[in-house]
Amino acid sequence: MNYNFRFEILLRYQAEILQGVLLTLQLSVLTMVFGLIIGLGVAIAAGSPSKWLSVPARFYVETIRNTPLLVQLFIVFFGLPSLGLRLSADLAAVIALSINMGAYGAEILRAGFESVRRSQIEAGRSLGLTAAQTFRHVVLFQATKAIYPALASQFVLIMLATCVVSSIGVTELFHQAAFIDSRTYRSFEAYTLITLSYLILTLAFRALFSFIYWAVFVRRPAR
Amino acid sequence: MIREFAGADVVYLLLAARWTVALAIMAMLGGGLLGLVIAALRIVPFKPANWLAILYINLIQGTPLLGQLFIFFFGLPLIGIQVDAWTAAAISLSIYAAAFFGEIWRGALQSVSIRQWEAGASLGLTYGQRLFYVVLPQALRVAVAPTVGFLVQLIKNTSLTALIGFVELTRAGQIISGATFAPLRVYLVVAVVYFVICFSLSQMSRRLERKLHVAR
Repeated sequence: MNYNFRFEILLRYQAEILQGVLLTLQLSVLTMVFGLIIGLGVAIAAGSPSKWLSVPARFYVETIRNTPLLVQLFIVFFGLPSLGLRLSADLAAVIALSINMGAYGAEILRAGFESVRRSQIEAGRSLGLTAAQTFRHVVLFQATKAIYPALASQFVLIMLATCVVSSIGVTELFHQAAFIDSRTYRSFEAYTLITLSYLILTLAFRALFSFIYWAVFVRRPAR
Repeated sequence: MIREFAGADVVYLLLAARWTVALAIMAMLGGGLLGLVIAALRIVPFKPANWLAILYINLIQGTPLLGQLFIFFFGLPLIGIQVDAWTAAAISLSIYAAAFFGEIWRGALQSVSIRQWEAGASLGLTYGQRLFYVVLPQALRVAVAPTVGFLVQLIKNTSLTALIGFVELTRAGQIISGATFAPLRVYLVVAVVYFVICFSLSQMSRRLERKLHVAR
């Protein structure tokens, strides 16, 4: 092996990497928020007794879950302009990621609502709580606790998935690998460094989410 | 020269879909073999082996597949192995799949109650006999549906290999889209082809889950 690994060159690009990390986190948070909003609507529609709501909702979930994110992204970014809808790369990325997350979010939320047993709601009402109070004090806490682990791992999955938007030119973390590569011709080092940066982010967020779970759901005394 | 998006292009996309399927099958075989090793390392009563498996799984599941693809594509030539996009894609997808298969199969093995092992031992069976005649038949039943379900992820993830230049379905879509300037129609056709493959697998996974669950 005659190749001299030169990881130290990459230290010059700290600013770019930091900027990439920030954009990746922004994308992930926006995707999570919009995805859950879409997911909530879709979960409610999918569970509705009206076929006009439930059939399109299920169609959406199945279509998104059975096609690659990359193709969905290409349809939004390259396809929509032919319908006269020209989006910037950043906006196209947020839209495609949110539409994608909406389908997974709907499934997570549906599972969360189903996890709260009917008898819990009846118990709340029989104690004289109003419907809103029952939702606030009985359903919300239990449902949140039930879906929290799935949401936490979904956030990490989204963060890792956002790297595909580098292919349409969004300058998030993974895009910085291509940038550093183009400046230094150190392809292997650049991609290794950036890939390991994702590992650090993943481990940091997993630790943070475990801590939050402990602080909110475990440590908290029973009420 | 710009030409119309025509029937011949759809045929080209369908032919390229063969490479998507071929890549998924390669990753399934390579990842399956390696995944068995990972699952085994994860459950043997020897701590360093468990740690090694956990390290592997965290490394693969904690980094983006796209990054792994680029590392193999650029990294293997550095250690003297000349690779084309197909080889780099097949290797890194296998390594990626192994981490997930390892976890799925470990879960399936551990879903078999410890009492089954004890019962086997009290009947005088060896470790191997307990594994092959008592535990594996029960674990397989649990493992089948999630394994087929993961194949959907694998098919979808083969699309990332387009970004290292491997001509499968998505890359073929990029090529046709560049030639015809009809990106919307081209990518919708590409999406439909993925959907047909993945939806069939999803439905199969669901049916298997129902069937095997009822039989338990």
